[in-house]
Amino acid sequence: MSSADFNTSRRMFLTLAAGGIAAGVAGPPVRAAPVKTSARVVVIGAGAAGTSLVNRLVGRLDGAAITILDASTTHLYQPGLSLVAAGLKPASYTQSRTSDWLPGGITHIGEAAAEIDPVARTVTTSGGQRVGYDFLVVAPGLVLDHEAIEGFSLDLVGSNGIGALYAGPDYAARTWVAASKYTEEGGIGLFTRPATEMKCAGAPLKHTFLIDDIARRANKAGKTEIIYASNNDSLFGVPIVSEKVRMLFGDRGIRPAYSHVLKSIEPGRRIAKFATPGGDTEMGYDYLHVIPPQRAPEVIRQSGLSWADKWTDQGWVEVDKHTLRHPRHPEIFALGDVAGVPKGKTAASVKWQVPVVEDHLVAAIEGREGTAVYNGYTSCPLITRVGRAMLVEFDYNNDLTPSFPGIIAPLEELWISWLMKEVALKATYNAMLRGKA
Amino acid sequence: MQELTLETLIAVFEEIFGRGLFWIMVAGAAVVTLAYFYVLIRDRSMSMRKFFLAQLSMPFGAIAAVLIVQKMTRSGFSDIGGPIDMIVLLAIAAVGAIGLAVLVYTAQSLIRSRS
Repeated sequence: MSSADFNTSRRMFLTLAAGGIAAGVAGPPVRAAPVKTSARVVVIGAGAAGTSLVNRLVGRLDGAAITILDASTTHLYQPGLSLVAAGLKPASYTQSRTSDWLPGGITHIGEAAAEIDPVARTVTTSGGQRVGYDFLVVAPGLVLDHEAIEGFSLDLVGSNGIGALYAGPDYAARTWVAASKYTEEGGIGLFTRPATEMKCAGAPLKHTFLIDDIARRANKAGKTEIIYASNNDSLFGVPIVSEKVRMLFGDRGIRPAYSHVLKSIEPGRRIAKFATPGGDTEMGYDYLHVIPPQRAPEVIRQSGLSWADKWTDQGWVEVDKHTLRHPRHPEIFALGDVAGVPKGKTAASVKWQVPVVEDHLVAAIEGREGTAVYNGYTSCPLITRVGRAMLVEFDYNNDLTPSFPGIIAPLEELWISWLMKEVALKATYNAMLRGKA
Repeated sequence: MQELTLETLIAVFEEIFGRGLFWIMVAGAAVVTLAYFYVLIRDRSMSMRKFFLAQLSMPFGAIAAVLIVQKMTRSGFSDIGGPIDMIVLLAIAAVGAIGLAVLVYTAQSLIRSRS
């Protein structure tokens, strides 16, 4: 190749530079002009769903009185808890300040909702303040019913061979104290999940895989016996994923115990009692991971907004599963964990649900019907060991809905899926909170 | 992904590195790229001697990029699980190689006068 082949010109340079500048200023696609309104919109809960929604609404509505209620000053990045409980991230990785994510121009009340009156269209806060609304978005999350496990208390977490990573960042860190001791000393590890609907049904599996992998790397694999107690006769709600997990468990020597629901524990004797179809059964443990039953907060269950004929022991909000709108109170929507839909208690569900509620809410303010549909999409970067994960995505039909078909195989343990969880997931979550993803 | 726009992508990268660091890195990459084009135009041709040195630096850039990503993400070569992982690994290596080569070429051209 002659040096002439590399000859360049000033014109070429200028063309390239101009092209780069043009690409930089082209910016995002044009959005519709904000809708002028004086509507009062109240959002209960400043978690992933509530925060993301208000950040989008401030750009869509001009003049609306938006109020968000949340008693917690700390925002939790909950997808990070399983990493904290495996010693891969510090507790602080999941914590930020609630107020840092909220936009200007809205009212933030640092109190919880204590009462909802859907007839008078008012919400009363824990401090006794009464807030009227034209539209209400219910997104308070869910409560962990630890008391339902007899003999268990959160004080036990971190010692006595007991972990409970769902309980929050500090408990997740204490879970790692107990779990890391187990990975060094070995013995029987019992990993459980509740029989109720739950946040991220992949997390109990991730914890099992990670603790197994860490024990294996410490050359303690021969000394551990890991048992995964499933609440029914499958390992995951989506049959094709459940089969894949069954195969992976077989490969790793993790033993499934089907239809074993944790009922009570005796921490002194290290005995866990499970309800099974054949009656109660006891199992000894050296490490026990507890995930308690999960329910809608009391304020929701008292408000009359819950399903009357479904999940009656759990109280999730009655909504149309495609629009997330309450059938009897069309001015009320539910988002996130509290929504009574078959799937979707994950941050990924929230990411898909928020634009749907935004669309229907703004349309209602304009006096028309919205068109957006939530198809039950959710995703789970199911970690199968430190360094690999399966990017599992599915919808209401239990269909796999891969974002990158033909490129990232959903049921393959891949490094790229791990990279996504490690590097891009929290960033995408934060962008979602700001209403940008 | 629901809608992968340029805006979303920028928002995600801002969150990964922090807004300040991300734009400093973008500016750094832009400065090196512009400096590269500047020396190409100034010299009116590529110097094969400088290009040779730049090529010699490429394997180091490739290996460094891969090791940095692995260190940042607590993973290793044994985590490669499928063809896409191999492609990602090679892409990271390629970016490291080309990045370092451009940097080396430009640095040589700026430090030494045109040959």
